[in-house]
Amino acid sequence: MSVTEVDTVKAETATEPRRVNTSELRAARGLAAPAIILLILLTQIPFLVTIVVSTINYNLLRPNDRGFTGFDNYVSALTSGDLWPSIVATVSITAASVVLSVVFGMIFALLLDRAFPGRAVARTLMITPFLVMPAAAALIWKYSMFDTNIGILNWVSRSLGLPVVSWGTNHPLATVIIVLTWQFTPFMMLILLAGLQGQDKGVLEAAQVDGAGTWRTFTWITLPHMRMYVEIGVLLGSVIIIQVFDPIAILTKGTGGTKTLAYLLYERAFIGLDIGQAAAYGVVTVVLTLIVATVALRTLFKVFMAGGSR
Amino acid sequence: MPSKKRALVFGAGALASALTLAACSGGAVKSDDGAAGGEGGNVTLNLATVNNGQMKDMEQLKGEYEKANPGVTVNFQVMEEADLRAAVTADVASKAGQYDIVTIGAYETPQWGANGWLVDLTEPLASDSNYDVEDILEPVRAAISNDGKQYAVPFYGESSILMYNKEMLDKAGVTLSENPTWQEVADAAKKLKKGNTAGICMRGKPGWGDLFAPLTTVVQTFGGNWYDADWNATVDSPEWKQAVTFYKTMLDESGEADPVSYSFNECLTALKEGQAAMWADASVAASLLEADDSPVKGKMGYAHMPVDKTQESGWLWSWNLAVPATTKNQEQAVDFVKWATSKDYIKLVGEQIGWSNVPPGSRNSTYEIPEYKEAAAAYAPITLDVMNSVNPEQPGVNPQPWVGIQYVSIPEFQDVGNQCAQLIADYIANRTSVDDALGKCQDLAAAAGEAQK
Repeated sequence: MSVTEVDTVKAETATEPRRVNTSELRAARGLAAPAIILLILLTQIPFLVTIVVSTINYNLLRPNDRGFTGFDNYVSALTSGDLWPSIVATVSITAASVVLSVVFGMIFALLLDRAFPGRAVARTLMITPFLVMPAAAALIWKYSMFDTNIGILNWVSRSLGLPVVSWGTNHPLATVIIVLTWQFTPFMMLILLAGLQGQDKGVLEAAQVDGAGTWRTFTWITLPHMRMYVEIGVLLGSVIIIQVFDPIAILTKGTGGTKTLAYLLYERAFIGLDIGQAAAYGVVTVVLTLIVATVALRTLFKVFMAGGSR
Repeated sequence: MPSKKRALVFGAGALASALTLAACSGGAVKSDDGAAGGEGGNVTLNLATVNNGQMKDMEQLKGEYEKANPGVTVNFQVMEEADLRAAVTADVASKAGQYDIVTIGAYETPQWGANGWLVDLTEPLASDSNYDVEDILEPVRAAISNDGKQYAVPFYGESSILMYNKEMLDKAGVTLSENPTWQEVADAAKKLKKGNTAGICMRGKPGWGDLFAPLTTVVQTFGGNWYDADWNATVDSPEWKQAVTFYKTMLDESGEADPVSYSFNECLTALKEGQAAMWADASVAASLLEADDSPVKGKMGYAHMPVDKTQESGWLWSWNLAVPATTKNQEQAVDFVKWATSKDYIKLVGEQIGWSNVPPGSRNSTYEIPEYKEAAAAYAPITLDVMNSVNPEQPGVNPQPWVGIQYVSIPEFQDVGNQCAQLIADYIANRTSVDDALGKCQDLAAAAGEAQK
C-alpha cells in the first residue's frame, strides 16, 4: 500500500511560538495557580506525610515509644491476614450491589419511561432513597426493616407464618447488599432513564411496523442502545460503593465477611489508634486501588471514546 | 445634577453610619478590656462531652456556674461516645490543646494519667473540705486513680444488675433471689422463652464496650480472665471456653432472635415492648425502665448481677471529668470540674430538672437525699449496694495486674477487645467454632500482653 498525501501531516504547534501572548498566558497560569496549589496542599502533601508516617512506630496511646521502624508496619499489615478477606469483602459487596441496582434500576426506568398519570410524583418518590444520608438509611433499615421485634420484614414473615429471619446475625453480607441496592437503584434508574428517553422513537416505530414483539425490540434495539449508559452507571456506581462505610459500621460492625477496606482502615486508625500501621494499610490500599483502577478504567473508559473499539 | 446630588447624600450617609459603627465597636472593645483587667481575664472553657442525658442536663445548668463566676464562659461540645473517644484521644495524645475539660471513661483515665496527659487533681480536691472527696464511692475512685493519684472526678457511675419483668416471671411461675447464679438465670430464661418473646436479652453486638462489657464479667465469674498476674494471655483457658459456650447456649435457647445486632439500646426497647423478660446490663438502664414514658414502669424487679464462682460480678463504669495538662486555663477548669461534681450540683439538678435525673453512682451522699430516695426507690438501694461491693482490683477468682472490671487498662485493649468480639460474634452466628475463635483471640491478647512485660 502506497502512502498517500493525506497520511503525511507535518507536526506543528497549534499557535506559532512568536504569536503566543505571553502576558495573557501568565495571567491564565496565575488564575489557575490557587486551585493547583490548593490541590497539592490537600492531596499530595498528606499523601507524602502518610508514606512517612507508615514507616514510624506511632501508636497514639504510647507516647514514649516512637521511632523509625522501616517496613515493620507493612510487614504486619500484609501478614496479619486481615487484608485478603477485606479485599474479598470489598469486591463482593461492590459487585453484588452494583449488579443488583443496575438490574432494578433498568426495570424501574422502563416502567417510568411510559406515560401515566402521576409520573412526576412517582419519579420523585423513586429517587428519594438516593437523597437519604447513608447513615440515616442504614439506621432506618436496622430498626424499621431488619429488627426481629419491630422490623417490617419480620412482621411480614410472621404474618405469613414463616420463621423470623435474624438478618444481622445470620445474613450480614446480604444485609449490607440489600441496603446498598436500595440506595443505589435510584441512581442507576436516573442514568438509564436518561438513556431510554434519548432513544430514537422512529427506530422503535420501525421495529413495531416490522412486526417485532416487545421482548425482541428490547433485546435487539433498546439493550444495545443502553450499553453505554449501563457502562457509565457501573463505573460511577463502583467508584462510590467501593468506599462504603456507614451501613457496615451501623449494621454489621464488620462481621461475617463485611469488613471492607474502608472499614478495616477505620478500625486500624480509630480503634487500634496505631497511626503508623493505619498509614501502612492506607498506602497498601492506594496501591491496590491504583492497579485495579488502571485496568478497570482502561476497559471501561472506552465508553467515553467516540467510536472506540465497539 | 439631581443624580449627582443623590449620590453625594448617599455617600455621606454611608460614611456617617460607618463612623458610628466604628465608634460603637471601639467602645465595646474598650469595655471588654476593662472587665478583663478587673477580674483576671475573660475565659472560655472548652468542654468535650458525651451525649448522655446527664451531660445534656449539665449543659442546661452551666448558666448557673457562669452567673456565679462572671467572666467565665463554658463552651460545650457534645458528641457520640465513639466520636468523643476518637476526638479527645487524638487531641490529648497529640497535645493539640483544643479542650480545657474532657469527659473520659474509667478505662482511659488511669492510662492517660500515667502518660502525664492529665492534671493531677489529688491535692486540689483533698484541700477543699467543702468538696468532701471521701464522699465519692470508693471502688469508683480506685478505678480512676493511678499510683494513688486521682486524675479525674466521676460525673456519674454505674454497675451492672439483672433486671426482670415481674409480671412475666409470675405468669411463668419463676422466682429469682436477690443474688442469683448464672445457672439459675439460664434455667429461668428457658422457662420464660415463648415463641418470639425472649427469656433474656444480652448484648451480642461486636465491640469491646458492647458484647465484651457483660461477657468479660461472665468470664471473670466463671474463673477466667484476660491475663494472669504476669500478663500472660489466658484466653485459651477452659474457663473462657466454658463461659463463652454458656453465653452462646443461653442466647440460642432463650435469647433474642438476632443477638449480633443487639446491644444496650436494642435490649432496652425489647424490655419496654415486653419482648424480653430479663436483661443483665448497666444499672443506669433501671432509671430508663422506670421513667414516666416507659410501659413497664413499676413492673420491674432488680437483682445483683448473676454469679458463678465469685461473690459479685457487677461491672464498674464511670464517666469522668478531667483536665488535660495542655490547658491554659487550669485554675478555672479545675474549679468548674469541682462545681459539676459537687454535692450542691446534685441538689441543683434535683431541684431544677428533676430528682430522677440526678447523676447516680458518684457520691454516697446522693443516696441519703430524701427526694432522690423517693424518686429512685426501685433501683437506688441496689445500685449503691452493688457499686460499693464490687472490687475493681480483683473482680475475678485470681489476682490481675490492672485495676478495672469489664476491661483491661492497657492501650491495646480497645483493639484486642474489638477483634475478639468480632470472632465471638462469628461463633454466636455459627460461622466458626469456639476453639477457633478463642485460639485467634488468644494470639491477639498474647501480642498485646507482651508489650506490658
